[in-house]
Amino acid sequence: MNKEVVCIVCPMGCHIKVKKDENLYLGYTVEGNKCKRGKEYGIKELTNPTRIITTTVKIKNSHLRRLPVKTNEPVAKDKIFECMKVINKVSIKAPIKVGDVVLENILDTGVDIVASRSM
Amino acid sequence: MLNYDIVVIGGGPAGLAAAIEAKKNGVKDILVIERDRELGGILQQCIHNGFGLHVFNEELTGPEYAEKFIDELKNQGIEYMLDTMVLDITEDRKISAINTENGLMNIHAKALILSMGCRERTRGAINIPGTRPAGVFSAGTAQRFINMEGYMVGKKVVILGSGDIGLIMARRMTLEGAKVEAVAELMPFSGGLTRNIVQCLDDYNIPLLLSHTIIEIKGKERVEGVVIAKVDENRKPIPGTEKHIECDTLLLSVGLIPENELSLKAGVNIDPRTNGPIVNESMETKVKGIFACGNVVHVHDLVDFVTKESKKAGKSASKYVLGELVEKEEIIKTNADEGIGYIVPQRIRMSNVDEKLELFMRVKDVYKNVKLVIKADGEVIKEFKRKHLAPGEMEIISLNSSLLEGKQVSNISVSVKGA
Ligand SMILES: Cc1cc2nc3c(=O)[nH]c(=O)nc-3n(C[C@H](O)[C@H](O)[C@H](O)COP(=O)(O)OP(=O)(O)OC[C@H]3O[C@@H](n4cnc5c(N)ncnc54)[C@H](O)[C@@H]3O)c2cc1C
Ligand code: SF4
Repeated sequence: MNKEVVCIVCPMGCHIKVKKDENLYLGYTVEGNKCKRGKEYGIKELTNPTRIITTTVKIKNSHLRRLPVKTNEPVAKDKIFECMKVINKVSIKAPIKVGDVVLENILDTGVDIVASRSM
Repeated sequence: MLNYDIVVIGGGPAGLAAAIEAKKNGVKDILVIERDRELGGILQQCIHNGFGLHVFNEELTGPEYAEKFIDELKNQGIEYMLDTMVLDITEDRKISAINTENGLMNIHAKALILSMGCRERTRGAINIPGTRPAGVFSAGTAQRFINMEGYMVGKKVVILGSGDIGLIMARRMTLEGAKVEAVAELMPFSGGLTRNIVQCLDDYNIPLLLSHTIIEIKGKERVEGVVIAKVDENRKPIPGTEKHIECDTLLLSVGLIPENELSLKAGVNIDPRTNGPIVNESMETKVKGIFACGNVVHVHDLVDFVTKESKKAGKSASKYVLGELVEKEEIIKTNADEGIGYIVPQRIRMSNVDEKLELFMRVKDVYKNVKLVIKADGEVIKEFKRKHLAPGEMEIISLNSSLLEGKQVSNISVSVKGA
């Protein structure tokens, strides 16, 4: 299995090549990454792709109607829409601090939804 | 008349970083003026992550990045005014600003920092024929509606323009249950970051139609569809390639323009390539004591670079106030040669440069495996290899000042050369 992926870990967007190589400890060779996070990403993208979700939830008692939130860890790519359904049911009240958990352990993934700003 | 050492116009990431840095460098009386109801600028609506990897070494969302600077500003005890609009500035740094609490205010500053950011181009700026139905939004406006006001703008969407805002909004609308039919891009390449094409379009199988444009908007009250067509090398629609796409919403992500109406009033001159003020190594404009940084100078795709540039502006403004900026010296001009769209700064006085001279630039086309060649008065002084260059990704090069030491150089040029 070979694959060319664009690393999305940071905005540099390195173009990296991942090749299967049974002889290696990691099982893959990775080329074109400017840093080691790219290596991890490349292998993961082949084996178990994940993404951070950023979205908003309803908030009351605030000058804005939506509070930006994110998953504190990446979740499996194919669970994104299921997560969105759950997140969209959340409604909270201000005040809230950046980093506060608004929803724990979403869909039993072990990942929390946290506030992206204080409000 | 109110008096300050430094007044910063605009409380986005550029203004915040500049004010904080000026304070750290020993200037006390600083005022930040922001027309919005809160600080943070455009970042407050950019709820996606991808901010701060260079500055904080972690991946933050826009609001998180903003909050760090807002907290720091408050900790430093820097004064700021919200809901306050700057109406006019003059060459001798007199400012008129207005808010409901104080009415019209006249303020004088020893140094002024312009950090007003940019605004979006609208449909008027690109001239699409057809009716004027509801459902046509600029991508940034839609972003604000959805992310801050909680108002979903549509269900079936076409996006014109593949700059970062367009790409980010394609994913955002998809996550909120809309169907994004296509992103059409006039150019043969996307203007956005590659990572955004991957995680916003490819992840959700949204087609990116390069060399395509919208030639007509259909619908009376509400958008009912658009007609798209392929374009030739001269960006003219090719007859026979027209296709109708049904949709209820059209988002326009057709570029940002630095917001320089105020700058012009103070006599600052504008570079037609960046649409922002011509600045020197200290981020000072042609007008002494007036500095500029962030999107008002040139459109940035990474806030980290905004912060970097703005710190320089803040530090320089404080030096100016303290009388430490070297004003008289030979000026080196930077010159965007073959393949380079523009370079910031446009003017350099070496005495004000520390160890490294940093040049921000954008290339004109997509290049693979090339060299950026730096010449001083026609002579090559440095080359940088690059695997991948694209107009959507700003390039920064850092030159050791020692390369120019003792030389009487009047021109530094940068060009792209095949490897
Ligand atoms: C949609 C979008 C997505 C982006 N995504 C990313 C990303 O993923 N990663 C990344 O690193 N960067 C990203 N960026 C880039 C980054 O956010 C910007 O480059 C940065 O915010 C620019 O900062 P600024 O302070 O120059 O401008 P702004 O944030 O626009 O701030 C300017 C401020 O000046 C105020 N102002 C203007 N005129 C006046 C006046 N006359 N009186 C008083 N106040 C005034 C405005 O209200 C505003 O608050 C994105 C930008 C956009 C638009
Ligand atoms: S490999 Fe490293 S530098 Fe390159 S995009 Fe990935 S994280 Fe960024």
